[in-house]
Amino acid sequence: MKNKSLISINDYTKEEYFRILEVAAEFEKNPNQKLLDNYVVASLFFEPSTRTRLSFETAIQRLGGRVIGFSEATNTSQAKGESFNDTIMTISKYADLIVMRHPIEGSARYASEISRVPIINAGDGSNQHPTQCLLDLYSIYKTQGTLENLKLCLVGDLKYGRTVHSLLMAMSEFNPTFNFISPSSLRMPQEYKDYLDSKGIKYNEYEELEPNIKDADIVYVTRVQRERFSDLLEYEKVKNVYVLKNKMLDGTKDNMRVLHPLPRVNEIDVDVDANPKAYYFEQAENGVYTRMAIIALILGLK
Amino acid sequence: MKEELTVKAIENGTVIDHIQADKLYKILSIIGIENFDTPVFFGNNLPSKKYGTKAIIKIADKYPSDDDANKIALIDPKAVINIIKDFKVVDKRQVQLPEKIEGFVKCFNPKCITNHEKVSTKFTVVKKDGKIGLKCRYCEKITWEDNIEII
Repeated sequence: MKNKSLISINDYTKEEYFRILEVAAEFEKNPNQKLLDNYVVASLFFEPSTRTRLSFETAIQRLGGRVIGFSEATNTSQAKGESFNDTIMTISKYADLIVMRHPIEGSARYASEISRVPIINAGDGSNQHPTQCLLDLYSIYKTQGTLENLKLCLVGDLKYGRTVHSLLMAMSEFNPTFNFISPSSLRMPQEYKDYLDSKGIKYNEYEELEPNIKDADIVYVTRVQRERFSDLLEYEKVKNVYVLKNKMLDGTKDNMRVLHPLPRVNEIDVDVDANPKAYYFEQAENGVYTRMAIIALILGLK
Repeated sequence: MKEELTVKAIENGTVIDHIQADKLYKILSIIGIENFDTPVFFGNNLPSKKYGTKAIIKIADKYPSDDDANKIALIDPKAVINIIKDFKVVDKRQVQLPEKIEGFVKCFNPKCITNHEKVSTKFTVVKKDGKIGLKCRYCEKITWEDNIEII
């Protein structure tokens, strides 16, 4: 993995996923390892994403590295009209690694072609966000002890949700069964269902939440965003249907865990937070260890 | 009706034959016919044993590059390219759709980096239900054949 950019979840093999999970577990046991002494990491957020940026910057700081960068593009040379090409060319001369988020799709792949140093994609528009996917895998592996043969319920916006698409692709290596639970207008796109069919992976589609999570190992909830609806009446109808409440967890499996990429708005009621099956804040913590692992492996320090 | 009589024979050059009738203008446009300075002849809705009707293009003293052949294959994979020397066909080949297409097709995704920066497009050719699609190396979206636009 040394010097290998991470742009898309498909860039890494199953073996590489496991190597990342293994190293993430080491960092979780011992989070302050100063492997990045004398390293400078650029954190380039061309669009704001506080959570992802802080998670990355925490990972870098815990590794003892130094961070340069920006959290939005308004005060940068891009605002003066510099091309993206020139920004990446220049910063790749300063830093040892670039973490970047950009609203334009494919920007991270392009950056990896021109940059002297490896690139970690922290989200390129609606395209890819591979470190989110890897931290989801780590959270699933940690809570279930395996990635194989699990039943995953994906809930919410399955049409536009980049996170659930990447998770579906990555988990498809491990013989899962899926329950897709969404409003009819936000169903899993056909191309992903075709992909599952081609791999012989079973899935069901439901509109109702409560009865369809009882046999799940993982319930992965995403936000149903208002801006996805052209018909706001339709939004009003569904917005309260996809709210996970503590009572709904009665009768679910003991090993079941509720995941959410965060930020949460109202799709998981706060009364779930105290339930030991709620795992989303631990999931966010796992993000730091997973990102530490990815950074250390790409820089060849593990 | 013999087609030699319909569309004038050329002494040296290229004949693109067996073009589906509705693809003629697209092929003329992608090979950049307006920039040619040698004689060009073409005919449309000619009788074809294989397809009922067909189109044909004859270009004097010009020979297609691999890039040209790829472009033609993308629009009409059934077209045939004949190389003519002294009025005789010296080479005849069915165009072949390549695995990768670089540089001359626009990615249809308006949010793709190739539509925002000076980045040459790169695609992998995919097929689904008999349709050709181009998967973008950058944004990973597929431009299906109905949306293909030549740059």
